[in-house]
Amino acid sequence: MLIKLTGGKVYDPINGVDGEVRDIFVENGRIVSPSPTAKVDQEYALHGRVVMAGGIDPHTHIGGGKATIARMLMPEDHIGDEIPSTALMRAGSGNAIPSTLTAGYRYAEMGYTAAFEPAMLPSNARQTHLELGDTPIIDKGAFVMLGSDDFFLRQLAGKADFSAIKDYIAWTMQATQALAVKVVNPGGISAFKFNQRKLDLDEKHVYYGVTPRDILLTLARGLEELGVAHPLHVHGCNLGVPGGVETTLATIRGSQGLPIHLTHIQFHSYDTEGDMKFSSGAARVAEAVNTHKNISIDIGQVMFGQTCTASGDTMRQFVNTRSANPKKWVVMDIECDAGCGVIPFKYRDTSFVNALQWAIGLELFLLVNDPWRIFLTTDHPNGGPFTCYPHLIRLLMDKAFRKDMAQKINQDALKYSTLEALDREYTLYEIAILTRSAPAKSLGLKDRGHLGAGACADITVYEDIPDREAMFTTPELVFKNGELIVRNGKIVKIVRGATHVARPSYDKSIERTLKTYFDDYLTVRMDNFRLGNDEIINGGRGELIVQPTGVRTA
Amino acid sequence: MTQDAHGGSGSRNHYENVPCPFCGILCDDIEIGPTADGLKVLKNGCAKSISGFERRVPAASPQIAGRDVPLAEAIREAARLLKASRLPLFTGLGTDVAGMQAVLAAADKAGGVVDHALSDSSYRNYRVLQSSGWVMTTLTEARNRADLFIIVATDLTKLHPRFFERIVCNDKSMFSDVPPKRTVVLLGDGLDASAVAGARIGEVVTLPVKADRIGEVIDALRAMSKGFTPSGDDIGGLTRASVEDLLARCKAANYGVIAWSPSSLAFPSADLTVQAICEFVKEINATSRFAGLPLGGSEASTTAGAVCAWQTGFPLRVSFASGKIQYDVDRYAASSMVTSKESDLIIWIATFAADFTPPDTDTPLILIATPGVKTARTPAVSIPVGTPGVDHTGSVMRVDSSVTLPLRKVRQSSLPSAADVVAQIEAAL
Repeated sequence: MLIKLTGGKVYDPINGVDGEVRDIFVENGRIVSPSPTAKVDQEYALHGRVVMAGGIDPHTHIGGGKATIARMLMPEDHIGDEIPSTALMRAGSGNAIPSTLTAGYRYAEMGYTAAFEPAMLPSNARQTHLELGDTPIIDKGAFVMLGSDDFFLRQLAGKADFSAIKDYIAWTMQATQALAVKVVNPGGISAFKFNQRKLDLDEKHVYYGVTPRDILLTLARGLEELGVAHPLHVHGCNLGVPGGVETTLATIRGSQGLPIHLTHIQFHSYDTEGDMKFSSGAARVAEAVNTHKNISIDIGQVMFGQTCTASGDTMRQFVNTRSANPKKWVVMDIECDAGCGVIPFKYRDTSFVNALQWAIGLELFLLVNDPWRIFLTTDHPNGGPFTCYPHLIRLLMDKAFRKDMAQKINQDALKYSTLEALDREYTLYEIAILTRSAPAKSLGLKDRGHLGAGACADITVYEDIPDREAMFTTPELVFKNGELIVRNGKIVKIVRGATHVARPSYDKSIERTLKTYFDDYLTVRMDNFRLGNDEIINGGRGELIVQPTGVRTA
Repeated sequence: MTQDAHGGSGSRNHYENVPCPFCGILCDDIEIGPTADGLKVLKNGCAKSISGFERRVPAASPQIAGRDVPLAEAIREAARLLKASRLPLFTGLGTDVAGMQAVLAAADKAGGVVDHALSDSSYRNYRVLQSSGWVMTTLTEARNRADLFIIVATDLTKLHPRFFERIVCNDKSMFSDVPPKRTVVLLGDGLDASAVAGARIGEVVTLPVKADRIGEVIDALRAMSKGFTPSGDDIGGLTRASVEDLLARCKAANYGVIAWSPSSLAFPSADLTVQAICEFVKEINATSRFAGLPLGGSEASTTAGAVCAWQTGFPLRVSFASGKIQYDVDRYAASSMVTSKESDLIIWIATFAADFTPPDTDTPLILIATPGVKTARTPAVSIPVGTPGVDHTGSVMRVDSSVTLPLRKVRQSSLPSAADVVAQIEAAL
């Protein structure tokens, strides 16, 4: 069936299309260029509407152990926010940490067609994929966490052959069905288990004697040489620490030109000026990002209200437990693999610290020049729920609105940020880059995030209204794989999204070493650790898409 | 030798590295071979895995009121009863992830209540999670890292027969070729320490305390740790000196682990004892490392709680009766709903152990269970199903909530899975 989307203003940055009126044709789930005589079976008149590819969230904690711990920890997030079942949709609940089904529906209703879980513990991979499998409609994928796992740290400390380290990275990606690799507080999650409470970029892990810098560079170079599209996804050292900006700058400057993605960089951009010894380091970070083309970032914007943070960074989260609101929290050491810290937070606009965090995030958005290297995130749910994205988009696109909002927050905080001096307004074209094109490109999803012929027909149509928050909250039409799934912000059809993985190659001999390691130390056998394809796709839970990797060097 | 779906090696009906779903710690190194009329655990078995894998499953047919019927008819009758029910209770819930997913979908459609039959135990932990939280560890971490184990109230020899062998007495440790000896403290009444032995074990300290007085001991530890001195010399039946000694061991440990199964704390308000333990652990972590380790998780109760939490936002005790999910930890507890007869139909799912039997009540029962599960009264509908990990593949979550293991099919079986049966009932609604 040939579908024609007629006369919309198309924003398709990957193909350089900036608001031109174009027709888009869809057939068999793909965008096509039909012959001029082809018979159109169905037509949507989109005159005056804004057309973009479906949104892609490259960093959102929606599935896996810590998300479900957060759900269990916070019934108050769910009570009063229950969503009844309908003829189409299952019941669900939750605001900051919605149930899996609800998360899928809400992303789709917001015009997003893909979302990626950035912190999958290898030992928790099966649960993560089970939860992502219960997240309907959208495409998904997961980044596997390495860098505090004992196998890697033993390799690094034991000066293992670099090719063996690469084999291990590639093996883990395959065994856990991952799309990319993330490192969280490099070595720090492990160091915390040895009662080390702080680990700066060049500080040695108390047991292994390696530094976060060693870990970062090894993993980043490993992924580059394995040909994995997405660069090492880095949650750096010293999250949330006043003065952490110095570590972030040192990380950027020490990146040796290797592609690195610094995630939720807002939390790593704090300086120490002023009476509170807490100020914005955003201008310095933005300048460093602007001059280092190998660096990409996402923000982790803080939005005011109740949320629940969920992170692998046990070392830093244990410190943050002092700010838990309500006063309950979970910290876990997990499987000689990693850990998690789950802490409810309430970001208040009257709070000096929270208001400044809000301002720092916006400053970063407005000061980083290249929209292809910056992605729009709240680090859901850590800075706020993903449902805040339309509000955040308006803050970026509407200077007057931003200034109004800034009036309402703790005014002392603004003295320690440059936000009020920034007049930049994002264009729709730039928003399309931040929310679909750049994430797709960075994740190596060649047929996602754009509207050129051959692309997957994930398409979102918005009414072009001045209130950009309203516009992005309620898309008029959303298509997934060419099927209409949302009309006027409401689900009209349930489909199954795909799971995206990447499979860099490895030498099978790594399994001999690994098998001994599993048998000697772990409580799971290697054969049972590995996640089979059937476990993801069985029961009609959506297809598995292996994204291409480049050629492995050495 | 052939490769099966999960890469484990085995000739026909001979399997290695089989995960065992018959207790919450999910040992996955079981070796199983065939016999003339069933399976035999050849290696790494324990009382639970042997009785689980080797049990002869009697032939059984779907039944309506005790009369054999074809499966399709039993499914139609179950759907009819569900449709007619004002408030069906889906419980038992001894099933795998797929079974729980099917139950939640069916309960959503039928307007039912969902709770695991052992959730009175689970809630001793969940209540603490929801009111103050905790610092926890997992089996692999404890196995390699702990130099002090405190076992609270729980007879692990019975509950997890291989826990000491695999987690406490293991020879090898990740962090030293000559790992330091471990201290094991048994804090409870009549706990069997006979399995705590071997080169890794240093001291074994037995501190006899009745389960309902363990809270006193923990509170005293917390008070002493903060510099207070409890009055008297009877702390939960222990001497002050022995409690002081225990505190000193906790403070000196590089990585202490305190483990309990909430099922062993079966007395009123036992969640307060769990909370005292968890707060004590948090407090020690201000200066050194220490962690709790949850045990138990029988009949896949960990799986049930997790799947329900990710699909609904709440760990069990949810009702779909109003269309919206309602969560009420008292009202929707299966145990009290059965007693108070708030439900007019019980759907009991028991796919693992044959002794996981439904309560004796005159409320009509739909039994979806492994053949051999006995009932006090004839079920309205009975549908025999397979055991995940024996008759069909599946997945279940370990009691420490970190690891989910794949379950294998290790014998030929014509029994459908509980997930299939529940999905068929749902489709017929």
